Amino acid sequence: MRISRVLFAALLIVVALVVQVSVLARLGLPGAVPDLLLLVVVGLALTYGPTSGCMIGFAAGLCADLAPPADHAAGRYAFVLCLTGYVAGLFVSRSPRRSVLAPIAVVAFAAAATTVLYAAVGALVGDGAVRQVGLTKLLLTAVVYDAILAPFVVPWVMALARKVDPKPMLSGLSR
Amino acid sequence: MRDSRHGRLVLVLLLAISFALITVDIRGGRNSPIANVRDWASAVFGPAERGVSAAVDPVGRAVNAVKDAGSHEGEKKRLQDENAKLRQQVDNIEFDRNRAAELDRLLKVSSAGQYKIKPARVIAVGPAQGFSWTVTIDAGAGDGIRPDMTVINGDGLVGRVTHVGPMTATVLLASDPGFAVGSRLAGSMEIGITSGRGDKPMNLKLLNGQANVKKGDRLVTFGSQGGKPFVAGVPVGEVAEVRNTPGELTRSVEVKSYVHFSRLDTVGVVIEPPRTDPRDAVLPPLAQEVAAPPSAPAAPPAPPAPPASTEPPKGTTAAKPPAGGTRSNNANAADPGADGRRKPSSGGTTPPTGRD
Repeated sequence: MRISRVLFAALLIVVALVVQVSVLARLGLPGAVPDLLLLVVVGLALTYGPTSGCMIGFAAGLCADLAPPADHAAGRYAFVLCLTGYVAGLFVSRSPRRSVLAPIAVVAFAAAATTVLYAAVGALVGDGAVRQVGLTKLLLTAVVYDAILAPFVVPWVMALARKVDPKPMLSGLSR
Repeated sequence: MRDSRHGRLVLVLLLAISFALITVDIRGGRNSPIANVRDWASAVFGPAERGVSAAVDPVGRAVNAVKDAGSHEGEKKRLQDENAKLRQQVDNIEFDRNRAAELDRLLKVSSAGQYKIKPARVIAVGPAQGFSWTVTIDAGAGDGIRPDMTVINGDGLVGRVTHVGPMTATVLLASDPGFAVGSRLAGSMEIGITSGRGDKPMNLKLLNGQANVKKGDRLVTFGSQGGKPFVAGVPVGEVAEVRNTPGELTRSVEVKSYVHFSRLDTVGVVIEPPRTDPRDAVLPPLAQEVAAPPSAPAAPPAPPAPPASTEPPKGTTAAKPPAGGTRSNNANAADPGADGRRKPSSGGTTPPTGRD
């Protein structure tokens, strides 16, 4: 992985995380919070492929686990976003000219998957909060918000990512 | 790196690492080695969050102002701009006034309860899909904040401090499902445990299954040893619904919190607990009591407010009404001087039972 790619991803992750907790979460929208961090991870994974995707996802998740408002066990988001980054990376786009719908579909799927997976990991380590709170409303709102935000974020992230490191690792796929 | 098998290896490795982290963090509890890393993270992210939230506030106000002002189409642009600018100024004034009012109420609460508080602002909010209700405030170790301090605002209990960074601190809100606070009904002195349930009303489990509780009863914190993590006497909420679950040892009661967790802004961290338990002196006055003329001497059989009926021959329980001295509590025999010591405004409510 090139150094420019690492720096670029790190910068995007930090910016996305801070904007998410200090701006988006404070909007007070009903239900879930638009997950900017997830959009960045998906965008980068769609450009750089599964290996980079899972590394970027892991780093982003770890930041989200440790940065201030977080109070859950460290590693929970890292686990979830690592897996999400890998799977999103499998849908790596071959040509720069591609419909914007595919990334949105990936984002919507990823939003649902991360919410459920996060709850599942919590249940596995004995966090019973999910049963108290209920999952459906959070799941629906998370998918809707992320899908709405995706066309404004993911194409930008992908374009920037290509500019920073123009060679997507397509050979990472054994298809 | 260019090989898919390699990719899968990396994935499995990272997943294993994160799972190891989770277990280490959970097993370690407060002394987990992750806590040091968290300190670093809050030292880095805390100031960034402070800066961003400070930078965003005026933008949000300006956006609102423009949104409000943008309805007159066809008018001269200059007028619109001027209008927007003026509106923004008005908005700012209103915003500042709101904040001043919030601080004012916070001060009132803290003086009623004789708490020493450190005011702070909410600068970041944890995502709801993380299933934990936490916020970051812009006061940290440098301001004297320590873990396990009680956080209040003008309405009542907000939460408790869990982690403290150099400039910021993390607060676990009372609406978090993992949050539980020992609380007592201001009227009947019954003790229970109130816990958060996310966006839904809080849940109170009364230790006494036979306790007489009804809608409108009010709750204050019970207090912990040394005021950590909870100082005594902070208003928690009002009973919204009582559900009878036959066969269970405890009764489930829904509690509507006094604090609106979705619009938290100015909060106060209790740096020093009160020397004496303020009991329910901090509770907001009941509507009926405010309306009632203060001259009516509250005779025990005919109290103006409902919450007295829980235990038969008792005076009005909640704070404000005059002539607080009419109490003869069952437990009061232990300390007959208690009423004399108490401020008259507190209604002389409670027997001096110890704290938790």
